[in-house]
Amino acid sequence: MTFEQFSTGSSFLHQADPRGKLVSAGLLSLVISLAQNLRTALAGLLVALLLTTAARLPWARVLRRLLVVNGFNAFLLFLLPLTYGGAQTFQIAGLNLSIAGLWLAILITIKANAVILFFISLLSTSTVAKLGQGLQGLRLSPLLCLLLLFSYRYLGLIHEEYLRLQRAAELRCFQPKTTLHTYKTYAHLLGMVIVRSWNRAARVQQAMILRGFNGIFHSLETATMSRSDVLLLAFLLSAGIGLAVLELAG
Amino acid sequence: MSIDSMPPLIQLEQVSFAYPCSRLVLNQADVIFDTRQRIGLIGPNGSGKTTLLHLIMGLVQPTSGKVLFKGREVASKEDLRELRRSIGLVFQDADDQLFSPTVLEDVAFGPLNLGLSQAEALAVSRQTLADLGLSAFAERVTHQLSGGEKKLVSLATVLSMQPEAMLLDEPTNNLDSTIRARLISILKNLEIGYMIISHDWDFLAETCDELYTLDDGKALHSGTECLHCHPHVHDGGGLPHEHQQ
Ligand SMILES: Nc1ncnc2c1ncn2[C@@H]1O[C@H](COP(=O)(O)OP(=O)(O)O)[C@@H](O)[C@H]1O
Ligand SMILES: [Mg+2]
Repeated sequence: MTFEQFSTGSSFLHQADPRGKLVSAGLLSLVISLAQNLRTALAGLLVALLLTTAARLPWARVLRRLLVVNGFNAFLLFLLPLTYGGAQTFQIAGLNLSIAGLWLAILITIKANAVILFFISLLSTSTVAKLGQGLQGLRLSPLLCLLLLFSYRYLGLIHEEYLRLQRAAELRCFQPKTTLHTYKTYAHLLGMVIVRSWNRAARVQQAMILRGFNGIFHSLETATMSRSDVLLLAFLLSAGIGLAVLELAG
Repeated sequence: MSIDSMPPLIQLEQVSFAYPCSRLVLNQADVIFDTRQRIGLIGPNGSGKTTLLHLIMGLVQPTSGKVLFKGREVASKEDLRELRRSIGLVFQDADDQLFSPTVLEDVAFGPLNLGLSQAEALAVSRQTLADLGLSAFAERVTHQLSGGEKKLVSLATVLSMQPEAMLLDEPTNNLDSTIRARLISILKNLEIGYMIISHDWDFLAETCDELYTLDDGKALHSGTECLHCHPHVHDGGGLPHEHQQ
């Protein structure tokens, strides 16, 4: 598993305070995901593209991410014209296709890409740790922030544990087939991963308690929003409001 | 009161222990661990070495017998906190110990929990890292360190709490010879006592003055002279012993 592909970089978006980015990513994606208007969606995509360019991320990797989402969108583009009702239709190869369905699929595609690009440019330009601190700074429940940080920290380890077990099985000539033996083996593997993760969690907790942890996380940083952070936040919030106005006016 | 009449830091009196639904791991074991003592703890796999350290730290309670900390039984939560402030445990697997995003944050975790201010915690953490020659690692991401680096950092996370003594569970496992040598020199320069579990007899011979051998639930005390011999040559070579000239 590869996490945090975009979190290292030198653009101003990488350096910006995570709290501002979290708030504005939230607002922008909320507005776009509620938008019913193609114009708003396109404007949102434009803002998202601008932000992604500003983050100076490797385009190849960004496109690979987008490919995953758009695989699903391609499916919608195929399906919706066939299934969506409506008076207006057009014909291809003898099939009656719904125009409304086509527009809807296009709208969904644009909105999905815009939101993904907001998240890539605003959120994945911070490390998960910074986002966790940001969320805590926004007064989200400390327990939830802990959950986020720990899931992230130990997901990799648990995955490694799974790979180790799988490798061990393979080295003893295990080949997955459609047999009871295969199902049993996978069930054992899964059970083992769960037990090991449980034990790991218990040991981590012991280690934390021994170092005086009593449920409260103390942070090393007293984060303050710098001037550029405030400017960025103001810009992004007004972009969000602008998009909302565009939607309501149209 | 003279130093000699002070009760030892940790004393296990006739301690027996069994995990639920299983046989006795420790059977009326007696162990004394005082400040400044440098003790090696050896014994076959599954003989209860890790369990012994967990008993000392109060992570598990003895089935019978007493664990005394500075001559008193650890009864209240406050005692337990005091005990854990005085003694640090370095886990066998560094991945269990390191969970903060960066090395510096992890090293500062303990001091912050002890109630130090941010500035104090930062200062003591940076100092600890510097003492261990790890200053360059301060901003690194913990889970991207190598195994040996993780081990040294997990040592730092315990030392930054400025304990009176330290317990180490198989610290040399999977270390290459460079990191192992570094660990030896770090330990030798420490001013505090420690108890080390290890199967690495040469390592113990270099870092410890005394030895406890766990066998059949009992703890046998001895010096470290016997560590210089070769454990596999004859029957009983796996236990500390002396050769007749
Ligand atoms: N959480 C546990 N539950 C039940 N039995 C355990 C647990 N941990 C260890 N044991 C058993 O206790 C014995 C001593 O374990 P341990 O102290 O880890 O040995 P060592 O560290 O010397 O290898 C072993 O037989 C082990 O199987
Ligand atoms: Mg052990």
